[in-house]
Amino acid sequence: MSTEALRLVWVYPDLLSTYGDRGNLLIMARRADLRGLPVECHEVRSDQPVPTGGDIYLIGGGEDGPQALAAQRLIADGGFQGAARRGAVIFAVCAGYQLLGSSFFAKGARCTGLELMDLQSDRGETRAVGELAGPIDPALGLPPLTGFENHGGRTHLGPGAKPLVTVQVGVGNDGRTEGAWAGNMLGTYAHGPALARNPAIADLLIKWATGETLEPLDDTWPDKLRNERLTAIGTR
Amino acid sequence: MTEPKLPIRTRLASGLTKGAAALSRATGRGEGSVIGARVGMLVDPDMLANLAAGRRIALISGTNGKTTTTRLTTAAVGVLGEVATNSLGANMPTGHTSALVKAGPTPYAVLEVDEHYLPQVLEATHPELVALLNLSRDQLDRAQEVAGIAAKWRTLLTGKNVHVVANADDPMVVWAASVVPSVTWVAAGQRWLDDSWVCPECGSTIERSGEQWGCVTGDLVRPIPQWSVRDDGVVDPTGTYHEVHLQLPGRINKANAATALAVADRFGAPVLEALPRLAQVTSVAGRYATVVKDGRTIRLLLSKNPAGWLEAFDMAEDVPTLLAINARDPDGHDTSWLYDVDFSPVRGRRVLITGDRAYDLAVRLEVNDVRFEHVTSFGKALAAVPPGRLEVIANYTAFQDIRAELDRVN
Repeated sequence: MSTEALRLVWVYPDLLSTYGDRGNLLIMARRADLRGLPVECHEVRSDQPVPTGGDIYLIGGGEDGPQALAAQRLIADGGFQGAARRGAVIFAVCAGYQLLGSSFFAKGARCTGLELMDLQSDRGETRAVGELAGPIDPALGLPPLTGFENHGGRTHLGPGAKPLVTVQVGVGNDGRTEGAWAGNMLGTYAHGPALARNPAIADLLIKWATGETLEPLDDTWPDKLRNERLTAIGTR
Repeated sequence: MTEPKLPIRTRLASGLTKGAAALSRATGRGEGSVIGARVGMLVDPDMLANLAAGRRIALISGTNGKTTTTRLTTAAVGVLGEVATNSLGANMPTGHTSALVKAGPTPYAVLEVDEHYLPQVLEATHPELVALLNLSRDQLDRAQEVAGIAAKWRTLLTGKNVHVVANADDPMVVWAASVVPSVTWVAAGQRWLDDSWVCPECGSTIERSGEQWGCVTGDLVRPIPQWSVRDDGVVDPTGTYHEVHLQLPGRINKANAATALAVADRFGAPVLEALPRLAQVTSVAGRYATVVKDGRTIRLLLSKNPAGWLEAFDMAEDVPTLLAINARDPDGHDTSWLYDVDFSPVRGRRVLITGDRAYDLAVRLEVNDVRFEHVTSFGKALAAVPPGRLEVIANYTAFQDIRAELDRVN
């Protein structure tokens, strides 16, 4: 770990921040800060180069047009992929999650993805809209996922990507699994935002980036929220 | 205006509409405007078109401010004669049908239209004028994306012989409106910018500098406005400044008044005669209403989406504040938008939170360093604050719940 500040890079908020994605940045920064870790947040607009020296990169959800545009600009820029290849932590949501794969569908056409994770996305017959929940891969040692999904895509994982969640409620990737992780990259369809409802994921990502064991925080309100959501959909 | 010759089927349908609406009110099932028209439209599917014929009609649409702007425009156009309007916010074709039946024959109609229903209502009513206020993210789990609505409007307006009054400060609205040859541009402002950084025409970046904006390729730029909001008033197309006195708070309502005046002016109402009528508008279906209960003076502000919250914080005063959030069907089920709102304007105030989704708000406020107390009902919030002022800011169904506890204040 560097002795400098933890550098959080939020990629393309002008294109990919349709579902309160700023929340994931704010929550990650807050949880690091409360542990006494100095934090620097960088918001990189789509007309700026993506810095390669970040510790954690966040990329969020967006509409079809902006998603396709984001893919073109990221491919042309190369900074994000460079950071991912040298092992930076990547947290991707919804459209941003699809971008990590080899291809995705936007506006009726197949688009080339960033080819960072072994997955590809196409269109489902129906739009997946509603609560999304299920147990997270035990290898990660996290409590169940709770979130809200709203997407038309279906994501197919190759052998190089592990499913993040076994779906209990909702659709996620294909009705059976939701999200994916591989190395230091983690993607999900969950809004909420995801880290508001699943602060343990934020802590895992900070741990991946810093290698440090984090002391627990007072999560009274996030716990109440999680409990309420999981109770409302009958998984608790 | 002479009594229009309505087709027999429409007259029969109108009678049924009134009857069903009265029945609905009498049985306490609601305001009756939707159910009544549903019955009537079964008998005469062209009822709305037949009722609209012969009237000079303005449609008002956009994400935010529709109900209030419709009320202000109705007041301003009222200078010229009787105006039919759907004042209760029932803004789909059943609501328009019911409003026109209820008003009887009138020379004018000013109708609030849900942004998704604009094509249908425009085809049915052949308005003389359409006012487009703004577009921003709103209930994305069930509504169309912003760019999608803008495209729908643009397609709708292409080749149409209708005058448009449009907000020059919202790139999405400008793009949709600019296909029409005859547009009155109003510099109505747009505090919320996060849905218009990407040019809808070419996908390039939209740059802003002061009040100017434009796509970097130059294919979409801010038009020169004929009307604008300045200080406490409005500048008309001749460059004359008019002070605007309103009972409604906030800069956004000055902008809504500017749009209302632009519409009324187009219909021929003199600005100086319309202005005093705007000052008579108090609250609109509970929005901005002030109610005294148990020694507390409660003001109700409705905020349905991030752009609306920005405007609410502009008008909310530094007094104890209750924030109420639900996520039922009309609100949208996804509460992620709470993170698109910066709640820091209420930091340091006494903040209470309630509603079905108070815990989502609690987590949001904690991240925003805003201290708060959670209460499980509006009554408990009232009991928790001392006698004096209480600001209430709530999203749609939370607002309606609180309004119901205050005897459905209008």
